[in-house]
Amino acid sequence: MDFIFDLFSGANIRWVLFGSLLLGCASGIIGSFVLLKKQSLISDAMAHAALPGVCIVYIIFEIKSVPMLLIGATITSLIATQSIQTIIKHSKIKSDAAIGIIISVFFGFGIVLLTFIQQNSSGNQAGLDSFIFGQAASLVRSDIQLITVGSLLLVILTTLFFKEFKISIFDPLFAKGIGLPVTFFNGVLLALVVGVVVIGIQMVGVVLIAALLITPPLAARYWTERLGMMAILAGVFGAISGASGAVLSTMIANLPTGPMMVLSASLIFLLSLLFGSKKGIALKAVRHL
Amino acid sequence: MTYTLWIILTGCLVGLTCGVTGSLLVLRKMSMLADAISHTVLLGIVGAFFVSHSLNGLPMLIGAGIVGILTAFFVESLHSSGVQSDAAIGVVFTSLFALGVVLISFIGDQVHLDTKHALMGEIAFVPWDILEINGVSYGPIAVWMLGIVFIISIILIWIFYKQIKISTFDPQFAKLIGVPVVFIHYLLMTMVSLSTVAAFDSVGAILVVAMLIVPGATAYLLTDRFFILLCLSGVIGILSAIVGYTLAVYWNVSIAGAMACAAGIFFLFAFLFSPSNGLVVRKIKNLRYS
Amino acid sequence: MDALSVKNLAVTYDKQPVLENVSFSVPEGSLTGIIGPNGAGKSTLIKSILQLLPTLSGNVEVFNQPYKNQKKLIGYVPQRSEVDWEFPTNALDVVLMGRYSHIGWFKQASKKEVEWAKTCLDKVGMAAFAKRQISQLSGGQQQRVFLARALAQDAKVYFMDEPFSGVDAATENAIIKLMKQWKAEGKTVLVVHHDLQTVEDYFDHVLLLNKTPIEYGETQVVFTLNNLEKAYGGKIAFLQKGTASSQGVK
Repeated sequence: MDFIFDLFSGANIRWVLFGSLLLGCASGIIGSFVLLKKQSLISDAMAHAALPGVCIVYIIFEIKSVPMLLIGATITSLIATQSIQTIIKHSKIKSDAAIGIIISVFFGFGIVLLTFIQQNSSGNQAGLDSFIFGQAASLVRSDIQLITVGSLLLVILTTLFFKEFKISIFDPLFAKGIGLPVTFFNGVLLALVVGVVVIGIQMVGVVLIAALLITPPLAARYWTERLGMMAILAGVFGAISGASGAVLSTMIANLPTGPMMVLSASLIFLLSLLFGSKKGIALKAVRHL
Repeated sequence: MTYTLWIILTGCLVGLTCGVTGSLLVLRKMSMLADAISHTVLLGIVGAFFVSHSLNGLPMLIGAGIVGILTAFFVESLHSSGVQSDAAIGVVFTSLFALGVVLISFIGDQVHLDTKHALMGEIAFVPWDILEINGVSYGPIAVWMLGIVFIISIILIWIFYKQIKISTFDPQFAKLIGVPVVFIHYLLMTMVSLSTVAAFDSVGAILVVAMLIVPGATAYLLTDRFFILLCLSGVIGILSAIVGYTLAVYWNVSIAGAMACAAGIFFLFAFLFSPSNGLVVRKIKNLRYS
Repeated sequence: MDALSVKNLAVTYDKQPVLENVSFSVPEGSLTGIIGPNGAGKSTLIKSILQLLPTLSGNVEVFNQPYKNQKKLIGYVPQRSEVDWEFPTNALDVVLMGRYSHIGWFKQASKKEVEWAKTCLDKVGMAAFAKRQISQLSGGQQQRVFLARALAQDAKVYFMDEPFSGVDAATENAIIKLMKQWKAEGKTVLVVHHDLQTVEDYFDHVLLLNKTPIEYGETQVVFTLNNLEKAYGGKIAFLQKGTASSQGVK
């Protein structure tokens, strides 16, 4: 317990708080576009596929250098999305089955590699496990700085390209017509999603990070009809979920960080579903009276 | 029977049960609902523990069945209220799964369930958890549960074969000629939940998802006939289990993970070399034409 | 006797009315074309009569009995695009699905049923394709499989949703032949149709629809430029050649 009190009163917790807040915010904003592109579950596949990447880098280089591990995660995430596209394009398998195949096989492969590392490596593999569900308490200063700076960068990039994303998702043909490089912006969005997944997995874990992309924007939909407002609200919701989840899990022993963040987001979603000012159930009921 | 044989038998039963049930979901374009249910049954299992204070078969099956149907129901409700289906699935299953994981961390000390177990299962422990009545041992509980669920599934598919087939191909026409389409939908969801929970304890969520989706999708690439597709899915499930187990023992790695990988390898081969649909095969045919 | 009578049918989608105040009665043995502009609710009308869509209000009777008691008398040819043709099955199997309500639970289709399904395939010129995987059929052939399935239902009232859209000449002929045969057997047929040029050739009755029935009755009486303008608004100019004859009749 002492350790937790130290953590909470120390400078570290401020970093954790700040990092999780920004991470939630970035994922909420980027998630808004993912939601509109109907790619929520693809982002889940990308998250799960990060695990084998982390493990492969560890096996090859035998070091736990976080940036290197994350590069591995990026590569396998991208391979996963590409595989999903290939399966849909070149066979009669539909997108839902393609996503399911990639999620389970890549993650299964990740687990295999994880157990391989546990059997064969010389000791210091502790920590790779926490990539599955995330553990804020085990993060060191440099990890959190990476999360903070990375999230900030993602938020800035998304804001810069806001207009372009909007038009190329809503009406890609029109966007092409007015000379926007739609394929390029699709690529940028993909990169942003990979960005959230990769910098977030240490804290939230590969299994649940997609929820931070899916749930806050969905909750925001119950309050507004406008994309700009939706992205802002999703960012705020994401930030609240991230921060509250991280704080709760550092305060109470054994509580995994990722699931706590997701539960906070789910709670916000539930409240929005019930009381949202645009489509909330309570509102509908009142109108019926 | 020896230790190894029990494990292989468990794996084969998982492959068979999930393969057959899952192939129906692949055809109905509901694979991700299978993914969702195989995560959320964790909540059912934890819930059953809170109610019955044990991890026995029956309360677990009931709890999982309820949560499985609830998952399908929530997704359906959100979808019909205007949320796009993939986001609806995403929000429901992550919420319920997260709740399950958090609850586990409160009771983790009292039971052998933990979050890692939930994902990867512990098939290696299966042979030690023996069903004993009056001091006589009847083999591992997991095998019994999987066997019973498999038999129930086969009976249900046999009874409702025509209804399942037509409501999968053309739900509107099915409804028109009086097939209870909604009932069939929830029947399948119940079957998925039962298969999942029976398999969950031994192989974990990941292998359940893999076994539900991958063999069905592989068989879909290999055959043009509904009945053969069901049988083939089961066979591929079994083969994945056997090959996966062999690889796992060879490299001394996670058995469940290796079985998922083996299923993936079978899919890859079908994707590339299926006589009717394979990518490479079609490329070669095109070359011959031109 | 009226084969079908619809009273006060209304359908909304997202609180927007799609169909309102739909009432009409179709005499037995008639061949009705349901005509109207895009978005007039033609397919919706068929589907809500068949209770495949939730309705706000309305009452449907078939041969003076509530619809739900008469389901076995109904045959349906949906739009081809509404099912996934990659489904692992063959043409004969799809036709046999039309017999499912006649085959009991647990039972396989009997030899007699299979023979009957084959006859139905033969009637639409698809006997040679009985064992063909359905994804390997052309669009027109798929449409004919659906026709054969409806034929296999051995119904008294048939509904078809845009059967002529995007089909080849052979299929078009098969549909026309089938409609004539049904008419000769005294069956009632309702067809959602969008090609105004052929209305007079195919149908003896016309339902002009634009969210609500504009006019229903015999083709010669109803299918006039005047009524069409009412249903289609002003967008009818391109039609003048096609409707000249009906004006002559009038």
